[in-house]
Amino acid sequence: MSVMAVSIENLAFSYPHQSNMLFSHLNLQITSGERFGLFGPNGAGKTTLMNLMTGLLSYHKGSIRLLGNEIKTRNKSVNKLFGFVPQDLSFYHELTPVENLEFFGAWSGLHKKEIKKRINELLEILGLSDVRNKQVQKFSGGMKRRVNLAIGIIHHPSILFLDEPTVGVDVQTRHAIINYLKELNKSGTTLIYTSHQLSEAEGLCKKIALIDEGKIIVYGELNDLLSAHREEDLEGLFLKLTGKNYRDLNV
Amino acid sequence: MYKLWAAIIKDVRILCRDRFGIILMFGMPVILAIVITSIQSSSFLLASDDKVPLLLCNRDTGEAGRQLILAIDKIGMFKMQQVLKDESDKIITGRVYSKDALLAIIIPADFSSEITMKSKTVVSKALNNLGLEGDTIHATAGAASPIILYYHPVLQESFRHSAEGALRSAIQLVENKQLLKNLYFSLSEKALPDTLENDIVNNQTAVNEIPVSKDGSRRIPNATQHNIPAWTIFAMFFVVVSLGSSVVREKLNGSFIRLKTLPTNYLVALLSKQITYLCVTMLQAAVIFAIGVWIFPLMKLPPLNLPADIAGLFLVTFICGWCAVSYAICVGVFAQTQEQVNGFGAVSIVILAAIGGLMVPAFAMPDSFKTMLNISPLHWGLEAYYSLFLEGGKLQDVWMNVIPLFFITVLIQLTAIIGLKRKHLI
Repeated sequence: MSVMAVSIENLAFSYPHQSNMLFSHLNLQITSGERFGLFGPNGAGKTTLMNLMTGLLSYHKGSIRLLGNEIKTRNKSVNKLFGFVPQDLSFYHELTPVENLEFFGAWSGLHKKEIKKRINELLEILGLSDVRNKQVQKFSGGMKRRVNLAIGIIHHPSILFLDEPTVGVDVQTRHAIINYLKELNKSGTTLIYTSHQLSEAEGLCKKIALIDEGKIIVYGELNDLLSAHREEDLEGLFLKLTGKNYRDLNV
Repeated sequence: MYKLWAAIIKDVRILCRDRFGIILMFGMPVILAIVITSIQSSSFLLASDDKVPLLLCNRDTGEAGRQLILAIDKIGMFKMQQVLKDESDKIITGRVYSKDALLAIIIPADFSSEITMKSKTVVSKALNNLGLEGDTIHATAGAASPIILYYHPVLQESFRHSAEGALRSAIQLVENKQLLKNLYFSLSEKALPDTLENDIVNNQTAVNEIPVSKDGSRRIPNATQHNIPAWTIFAMFFVVVSLGSSVVREKLNGSFIRLKTLPTNYLVALLSKQITYLCVTMLQAAVIFAIGVWIFPLMKLPPLNLPADIAGLFLVTFICGWCAVSYAICVGVFAQTQEQVNGFGAVSIVILAAIGGLMVPAFAMPDSFKTMLNISPLHWGLEAYYSLFLEGGKLQDVWMNVIPLFFITVLIQLTAIIGLKRKHLI
């Protein structure tokens, strides 16, 4: 039996100002080692779901388990299991990549020697060695995205949550990031990814869930879903199942 | 422990790269202390060494008028400039208005005759009361024309009152002399001898001014001794702008989201900020005190005399700094934007400084404000500093100020923690 990286059962959640539940009896299973994509139009609830899975939001009912550990207990040790690459650039722009990684590495529970080793590895892999001692605020958008990614994976997480990790970057950077994520997955890291870049997602994700209005409307292997709905690509499937109307007016 | 150390290093690095913040934290209070001390020091000199400029118009041709001028001059408070007796009131007031002098005194033409008449009336009454026969005086005493004192509105009320008091004392002296002369003449039919006059009139009991201090030292307080402690506390609390902004910036940029997903409690970040900025406030105090001790004398300002009890000074500075840092974090927790921190933070510190007695002495405040003093942490800090710097107090003398300051700090910390919990930040 395969180990579940993420197991969501009967999840119920609503924002304080909302009268209706955003999620009600939501279930989702993500197996360890998967490259899983979570897609949906704006306001569908995918970022909220990711925030719930990473403990940024607390839920009312149900359970979310990461590798068998309930996230609701707010036990901080659970946070060692995963890394998070938020859509916003989440680091200190006044610091250099090395200084950022030193701080976030320590806060991720690594020791000094380990941090030093990981910094050298990551900066080399992500092409940031030459700018290791320059302040991040002077970096290009692509370089900042790579720093954002490096911080999320410094502690070798078993699960990596990626919220639009390539937004606003050039083709070269996107290519490098996606390739690196694939390498990371090969070494055993489960990837849980969300993006509006559907062509990029197609190349990365093997299994997907489409979410709309707080419900999972389709879930399964990407190739199987495309065949079942007689669509050639993810974008076609997406539009077929979620429609062509603007969806962010209710966000 | 390593996490805390990493956070402190991170905070120090960010702080060191915020040059404007450093200037604001160190430069501004130093400038403030120098400017305020210089101004207050020169105000003090105005009333002592340099003297208040005074125009004097003597329209009286008698002896009493001349004696009054001598008595005013002898007070030593005024830089006197006499104007012609024919000068009109309009011209004199015009000169005061144009700040040729801040005060003008006009002695009326009948001053000597009125003084003489007044004294003769009093002497006659006194002799009659004693059963002796004096000259019969029909005039009514007390109807003399008044001496006019013009003053420029910029002259502070306290200066005006001291000038008026000095003038009254000079008039009293002239009147007493005249009274004494008349009384002596009525009794002996001889003029009062100069030596006797001098013995009676000028033989005043001396007044010794001694500042009260706990250690018995009679060090005379100066503007530096008052200002440096006050503006050091102000500077410490002004850390709200830098630290409050740092907390808000962390909340607003994505780094806070990342911190929440890491296996470390955000309270460690708050502890790191407290330690880092507490060191900053201690450093601020050390810099300002050092400037007071070594740089002020070079600028011809009175030097700062450090208290004898350095442990007491360290404790008060530590608690003040901790309270300032706690306040800054609390403001940062509740503020939504950096503009809110900068606006509310700065204005609230000015208000707390005002009601805390940093700008107007506590004893001079209206009664309604005196109760509000107690809620200002700056007040307790200032009282503790004054106890050390002005009263020669020691550690045991400042506990009554340090304890309330400690409780205010704990209250602020609890408020910040409640704010963080309500916002699901911890």
